[in-house]
Amino acid sequence: MARMKFICDSERCIECNGCVTACKAEHDVPWGVNRRRVVTLNDGVPGEKSISVACMHCSDAPCMAVCPVDCFYRTDEGVVLHDKDVCIGCGYCSYACPFGAPQFPSNGTFGLRGKMDKCTFCAGGPEANGSAAENEKYGRNRLSEGKLPACAEMCSTKALLGGDGDVVADIFRTRVLTRGKGSEVWGWGTAYGKPAGGGAAPAQPKATKS
Amino acid sequence: MSTLRIAGGLAVLLALGACGEKPQTLTHRKADSPSWDGTKNGFVARGWKAGDQTSWEDQMRLRAQSQNEYVRAAAKPQ
Repeated sequence: MARMKFICDSERCIECNGCVTACKAEHDVPWGVNRRRVVTLNDGVPGEKSISVACMHCSDAPCMAVCPVDCFYRTDEGVVLHDKDVCIGCGYCSYACPFGAPQFPSNGTFGLRGKMDKCTFCAGGPEANGSAAENEKYGRNRLSEGKLPACAEMCSTKALLGGDGDVVADIFRTRVLTRGKGSEVWGWGTAYGKPAGGGAAPAQPKATKS
Repeated sequence: MSTLRIAGGLAVLLALGACGEKPQTLTHRKADSPSWDGTKNGFVARGWKAGDQTSWEDQMRLRAQSQNEYVRAAAKPQ
């Protein structure tokens, strides 16, 4: 199986925030923490584009690289998760992440920064699948229920695609070929790397004699 | 006098006990069970078998196709 990935189709996103609401409701995410959010570029200008952003579960995740207590791990399906019992809430991952995914609840005394919280691709955490402890710390574990992330499944325009990388890439490719535009997938290259050796090399100018 | 000494000794022991350090063990992240192990709650989607990796992967691919309107709708791309 390929790795689990997200794609957001900026040609389709209508900034409805349905994905944000679905995530909040599914995992009972507290105030001040947004595991997913919609970002609009050139807001108010004709031709504005919106994308839904959360943890992209990077192939080479910078958060994993900088964590001083090594609380991150990657599942066999490529989902980047973390153990909240090990996290010390230092915030290094927040600085390292290119997508602003790590969130820190600040509802403690004196604005205490709590343990990091982020999108889990609806895969919970290291506690037993579907257990009360897992639900309390990480939210619902939909993958172990045979379901995909709530944000992608709830997206009304299907702008946000989530699941097996090969499958969602095929769905997106079909769309792009059908409509003939909008092949840009923002964040894809940053999260999953550029294709190695794919595509033709740019044509070299012919040498001319002077 | 001896009672006073014993009481004093106990008080000193008690006071010093507060200076003790709790043992610090290195905590490390727990091992996670794979998603295809399934869960026992009542919200599991039908059509796959918990504990069977192939079955779970097929379920994931099938479920992902619900995001493909070219499969859901009759209108397929030319």
